[in-house]
Amino acid sequence: MFMFTYRFLKPWRRNIVTFVKTWKLNFVPPFLEPILYLLALGFGLGGFIESVDGIPYAKFIAPALVSISVMNASFFECTYTSFVRMYYLKTFDAMISTPISIEEVIAGELFWGATRSTIYATIMLPVLLAFGVVELPSSLLIIPFAFLGGLMFSCIAMCFTALSPTIDTLSYPSFLFITPMFLFSGTFFPMSVLPLAIQYVALAILPLAHLVIVNRALTLGIFNIPLLMSLLWIILCTTIFFFVSIKLMKRRLIV
Amino acid sequence: MNIVLEAKNLEKKFSDVLAVNKINFKVKEGEVFGFLGPNGAGKTTTMKMIQCVSPKTGGDLRVFGLDVNQYPKEIKQVMGVVPQMDNLDPDFTVIGNLIQFSRYFDIPLEEAKKRANELIDYVQLNDKKDSSVDKLSGGMKRRLVLARAMINNPKLLILDEPTTGLDPQARHLIWEKLKDLSSKGITVIITTHYMEEAARLCDRLVIMDNGEILVEGKPKDLVKKYVGDHIVEAENNPQIKTCLEKNNIKYEIANESVEIYNENVSDITNLILKECVDSGVTARPATLEDVFLKLTGRKLRE
Repeated sequence: MFMFTYRFLKPWRRNIVTFVKTWKLNFVPPFLEPILYLLALGFGLGGFIESVDGIPYAKFIAPALVSISVMNASFFECTYTSFVRMYYLKTFDAMISTPISIEEVIAGELFWGATRSTIYATIMLPVLLAFGVVELPSSLLIIPFAFLGGLMFSCIAMCFTALSPTIDTLSYPSFLFITPMFLFSGTFFPMSVLPLAIQYVALAILPLAHLVIVNRALTLGIFNIPLLMSLLWIILCTTIFFFVSIKLMKRRLIV
Repeated sequence: MNIVLEAKNLEKKFSDVLAVNKINFKVKEGEVFGFLGPNGAGKTTTMKMIQCVSPKTGGDLRVFGLDVNQYPKEIKQVMGVVPQMDNLDPDFTVIGNLIQFSRYFDIPLEEAKKRANELIDYVQLNDKKDSSVDKLSGGMKRRLVLARAMINNPKLLILDEPTTGLDPQARHLIWEKLKDLSSKGITVIITTHYMEEAARLCDRLVIMDNGEILVEGKPKDLVKKYVGDHIVEAENNPQIKTCLEKNNIKYEIANESVEIYNENVSDITNLILKECVDSGVTARPATLEDVFLKLTGRKLRE
């Protein structure tokens, strides 16, 4: 029986309240990160690179920076932080002793991860605008898109959390999944330099690659077919992992 | 009296273990009802089924007449839970924990604030109202968990080992509050390893072992029925055993001592002193602990 009501907003709200309590600390990374990366890579390294596919290097990496931030914001929230709430603080146990069901608790966590990604993208956008590396008005769409992208990474992360025996074993997805993806998803160099077979594999299994494709189209203001394909891929992936993650968490917590 | 809780052939099977094996019990409105048993007896599993967080795998379990698998939300709305492990939210203050919890029950904010303040007063945490929960002692945390369990004005309160690890002062305060709540008509279900606690608090109790209920009744009745009024104890050595056997007195071995359950305490004591040993014989009133050990044995449970 899949029980799902408005009550998923309660765990979501709990996390918002604690996030807002430490807002000064939370707002620093999304503000500082794009500045550092743009200075070091965009303008530092970019000085040696004329252009990528006819785009100045700083403009090329700007959407990748947003995508990486969206990924990290929700992935690490729904792995390490959710694991702490589940295993050490027993927050989930406390919540399910009230009329909130386990499905609603997990859905609340997933939507919170997505919200966190959205907040991060929202803070990054003005910084990128100030550097003149993104186009208006199409770039505004990266904010709602951050919610979808964030939700996808929340759902994937929650599967790892449900399967991880201890908090230490969460390092495996971090360095075997997130780190390679960070480097090889068309982030800092175009995927077209990879052998064709590897390009296909990357597009088939790397969620970040699709996030970068969509965000790059949005920041450059170019709407095309690959954008729609990637959007579809993300929606499909999110839908699948949303239900899988809830099912896995339920199996872990309800015995 | 209304029946608040009723289990018929209630069963919980984990993949390879039968944790609760077809148990039957009824709890009446306003009662304090205890579950005793060694570790692994199935007490906590039973509590979790009552709390609607662990689905039963067989039999029938109704809380306020509602099936636990079908109506978890309705049941949880009128139930308060004090879990074995404190799970207060460290990101909130003392009052913050109560307010946050009230949201889970859809209690309007004004009402929640009023109730939170009353409850903080009730569990005597006024001085700590705005402290972080990390700064509370074990006893204070327990009191706050009790207050939190009361935030939705529950009709049924479930406590899983509520006084484990507390000092005597904190324990007495919890007892006092539970007696008070019970006198106000709230049904209380409690598990404990402390027999004195069970004897003091519980109107009725069951002793469980290996997933089954061994006995059920009022603490005093159980003591009378299974042990008698008094127990005579003497040091455990071969001479006394031979001597007791010679005089046809039944005894039980309790590690370092032998115990004799008998109606005629003074006769037995005198007899032992005259026939068997010169000293080291004591007579004491029988307790629930004697019943517990007699029924569940003295072997250690891990």
